[in-house]
Amino acid sequence: MSALAKLTPWIVFAILLAIAPYIFTSGTSRTMLSIMALSIVFALSYNMLLGQTGLLSFGHAVYYGLGGFVAIHVMNTIIRNKYAIPLPVIPIIGGAAGLFFGVIFGSVSTRRAGTTFSMISLGLGELVASSALILRTFFGGEEGITANRARLAPFFGYKFGSQIEVYYLIACWCLVCVVAMYAITRTPFGRMCNAVRENPERAEFVGYSARMVRFIAFSLAGLFAGIAGALAALNFEIMNTQSIGAVQSGLVLLMTFVGGAGVFIGPIIGAVLVAYLQVTLSDITGAWQLYFGLLFIVVVMYSPGGIAGWLALHEPLYRGRQLTKLVPAYAMNAVPLIVMIAGGILLIELAYWALVKSETEGPETSVFRIAMNTNSVWPWIAAVILFLGGAFALRRTWPRVQDAWGSALARVREQPA
Amino acid sequence: MLEIIIFSTLNGTLYGMVLFMLASGLTLIFSMMGVLNFAHASFYMLGAYFGYEISRRIGFWPAFLVAPILVGVVGALVERFGLRRVHRFGHVPELLFTFGLAFVIEEIVQMIWGKLPVDYRVPPSLDFTAFRLFDTTYPAYKMFMLLVAIGMFVALLVVLNKTRVGLIIQASLTHPHTVAMLGHDVPTVFMAVFGAGSALAGLAGVIAGPAFVTQPAMAALLGPILFVVIVVGGLGSLAGAFVASLLIGLVQTFAVAINGSLSDLVGPGAADWFGDLGTVTVAQIAPIIPYFLLVLVLIIKPTGLFGTRES
Amino acid sequence: MRRALASSFIALSLVTGSAFAADTIKIAYIDPLSGGGASVGEGGLKHFQWLADQINAAGGVIGKKIEILGLDNKTNPQESLVQAQKAIDQGARFLTQGNGSSVAAALTDFAVKNNDRNPDKQVLFLNYAAVDPVLTNEKCNYWHFRWDANSDIKMQALTNYMKDRQNIKKVYLINQDYSFGESVRTQARAMLKQKRPDVQIVGDEKHPLLKITDFAPYVAKIKASGADTVITGNWGQDIALLLKAAADAGLQVDWYTYYAGGAGGPTAIKQTNLAHRVFAIVEGIPNDSPPEAQKLEDEFRAKYGLAIWYPRVVNEMRMLVQAIKEANSDEPKAVAAKLEGMKFTTFDGGEAYMRKDDHQFIQDMYIASFGPLEAGAKYDEEKTGWGWKNGGIVKAKDTELPTTCKMDRPS
Repeated sequence: MSALAKLTPWIVFAILLAIAPYIFTSGTSRTMLSIMALSIVFALSYNMLLGQTGLLSFGHAVYYGLGGFVAIHVMNTIIRNKYAIPLPVIPIIGGAAGLFFGVIFGSVSTRRAGTTFSMISLGLGELVASSALILRTFFGGEEGITANRARLAPFFGYKFGSQIEVYYLIACWCLVCVVAMYAITRTPFGRMCNAVRENPERAEFVGYSARMVRFIAFSLAGLFAGIAGALAALNFEIMNTQSIGAVQSGLVLLMTFVGGAGVFIGPIIGAVLVAYLQVTLSDITGAWQLYFGLLFIVVVMYSPGGIAGWLALHEPLYRGRQLTKLVPAYAMNAVPLIVMIAGGILLIELAYWALVKSETEGPETSVFRIAMNTNSVWPWIAAVILFLGGAFALRRTWPRVQDAWGSALARVREQPA
Repeated sequence: MLEIIIFSTLNGTLYGMVLFMLASGLTLIFSMMGVLNFAHASFYMLGAYFGYEISRRIGFWPAFLVAPILVGVVGALVERFGLRRVHRFGHVPELLFTFGLAFVIEEIVQMIWGKLPVDYRVPPSLDFTAFRLFDTTYPAYKMFMLLVAIGMFVALLVVLNKTRVGLIIQASLTHPHTVAMLGHDVPTVFMAVFGAGSALAGLAGVIAGPAFVTQPAMAALLGPILFVVIVVGGLGSLAGAFVASLLIGLVQTFAVAINGSLSDLVGPGAADWFGDLGTVTVAQIAPIIPYFLLVLVLIIKPTGLFGTRES
Repeated sequence: MRRALASSFIALSLVTGSAFAADTIKIAYIDPLSGGGASVGEGGLKHFQWLADQINAAGGVIGKKIEILGLDNKTNPQESLVQAQKAIDQGARFLTQGNGSSVAAALTDFAVKNNDRNPDKQVLFLNYAAVDPVLTNEKCNYWHFRWDANSDIKMQALTNYMKDRQNIKKVYLINQDYSFGESVRTQARAMLKQKRPDVQIVGDEKHPLLKITDFAPYVAKIKASGADTVITGNWGQDIALLLKAAADAGLQVDWYTYYAGGAGGPTAIKQTNLAHRVFAIVEGIPNDSPPEAQKLEDEFRAKYGLAIWYPRVVNEMRMLVQAIKEANSDEPKAVAAKLEGMKFTTFDGGEAYMRKDDHQFIQDMYIASFGPLEAGAKYDEEKTGWGWKNGGIVKAKDTELPTTCKMDRPS
């Protein structure tokens, strides 16, 4: 591949980051873009553990949160003493804090892999989150610590008061971190992480200490999580103990896994998707948490490689120029799939309205802008028919996809290499 | 002082036994299937809600018998149609599946029974004072819980040691592959064990619901402690789970009774040296002690107190 | 699914960032509408929607309709900031919130920064229930107004009442381990020491917030201490479970509480069987309200199956309407200028005012006790057959406390 072809995805990524706030111009969407950019860093840092090294952590928010808290304290110290340190430097400090705690907790928790590691990470996460509520001076109790980012020394005239300026600051850091994390996967160390994930014993035979590899990967993940936390501190100008807790840890797992832990771009897709859903889904439906849980289960059951993993399956077909052969089969399956999903959503919304809302707001509701009454039996029947009918039809049409795959793959193999 | 010691011992033992009712099922499932079931505490919650719903309509005693069976059926269905499918992807997806499941169960419970605690009452036949000591009363219902927990413990011992099923399960704890090779229908055994483990959790929920509180957060509150129990006890060890359950139940309850802080120990200067840590009382940190214990045990003996397996 | 429609509209506006015609006055209600706090949050939203409907039915304010935007903050301060931004994009210039001082602190901070950075999109933050004293002291600002008595004022009223109760000898404090619980216990200690130096404090407990499922060990400690009175700021399940454990252990004490009236509280008090020995500090008691207020109470209970939890929300909305009328504008700065120092007759009939120095509403407070309904009393709670009775009133002027607020007013 030529150097240009290698660079293309990066240039596209940078351009997307640059123009996004001019496509989505409202204050909310710019805030959301900032959250997406910092979530990308956070999710990729998590994937250094889960995807690269095979370590399933339930306490990654600890490093994100601690990085953010240190960053916000440093900001306040700078403001108080009027040091000439501008805002763009702050994420370095957050990263250093993340690295520091990553080294400390990593030395304890990376001695084992597998389930034991997961449990230690869970225990450490709970330990730090509960302690945070007690150590009030540093964590500010449940109210957290606030700062005013616009009061730091200006950086080439920018004060970063407005959301757009902060967005570009976060986007720049996001780009730098993504490039750095990608570079790490290309180094011999990155390869050793994969080796330790696949087969720790053989990695040891080659002469590497599996424990040392895990430890370094863990510390580096802490570093980038700390940067992400500091970016969150810049964006929200407040850090509180919820950023350190189990929910935040669960969220980054959701982003990474739904996006796809096996492919580098996976967590990026996951971060964008989950951040979007998080901001908007609660406006659309009160049952948004249920959708989150179901999304997670569906991905685990039907596409354990996540969205990116599923996309990556198509790569050989794309290279062999056979991708178009799949279009008819996919189009055919899309219809029952959409019907089934629509039926499922209708069922959930009806149930949600009937169980939660109808008592005070009456049985009339509307789903997909169609008015209906939860006391009537027809919407329910329609929902069940849509769902089951879609599922049944999908069973019938699915073999088409398999056939199309088989023949397309066969054609790719026939092609001269 | 004696009063506090006696009641703390009683309350601590009770809490420990409830933990063990959950930890035993979780340990069995983990030992046989290699799955750390994140949704185990959710089955405990389902038990409490099923118990509430049935006792509201028919009565507490039918609920006491039926609700655990219902939870067991739900557990078996989850294994048959969910976990078994995920099984071939490996242990991490299995764990994640149960993680997502816990989330979904909590949401569904919230939708059906609301977000506030439900009014799951102690049955009138058990709603009296068991005894009075130093002017403090102890409710009969808690004695009943203790009896059920001990009864379950004895039953578990008998089943595991004296029956054929118990032998197979015991063998699976140490040599799962050999058991499969001996011709036992492993998928069915898995389903049965998962169902039985869930039913045990459901039983714990039915009896703990009225005594503690039946609310959608009850699973999330208990879940992490449960993992602490089985990891501290040693993954896959029933004896370890028992000891760790009691240990954590007692430690947490006694910690509440202690008012001392670091500044009591080293003088008022502690606050200067340790900041907030100097003035925090032992009672305040009671809820973190289990996690502290977990980290400590794993550093000193990564296999847990009684464990032999690492993962 | 009115929200679905509204949200597709939001989605559209996200893309275009369009401006809105200002023929409605939008008030953004930012509180939990999902998760653990949702039942409380949904209840509060109903108060606002109901009041907005009444105002609109009477022709609105200065020719505009009032619209309430319900936004789910998931009780998370950071999420609340995103929701506040959404509210501004949708044209809301008034934010209201109550559940959690952590969220209130974040929002008041947000209002100051936003109004400084975006002078054309200023907002007012109307706080109806977050009681942390710092919000009207160190963190006070021109854009924040509070209708609930802060926790120090409540303790002032409670201890004024306790001062004359000679049966109080030994007091036990039990509170949630966070800033609110901390301020309750320090104020209780300080004020009791000053008003009743003879009272002995036999215990001072802090327990983790919303994490205890069985309060039996704590009740055992209360019992062992020999206390005759317990003071607690606990709310939510922490008060309900505490009372439940006390009932189990047969603890016979008087309870002075902030939030025994919250969901699940009345049921638990009934279980303790302590008639008129559980007190709560409130700004109104339906059984003792003027007839106009009782008429609205009936209407609200019939419509939503809920009691009017927040008489102060009625005060908030009525005062807001009055301020907008007086200013003949819905610009936050002008409205704030009218709200400051406004004198007002509350929903429950007392004379009250919005103190200019710190934007704290100063109103009559009542000590309510819970027990079997007496003749003439209409309202019981949670179908227990028991209801709240007026145990004493603390006049507005007696609840005043000095403030450390130094307010910056925009020129």
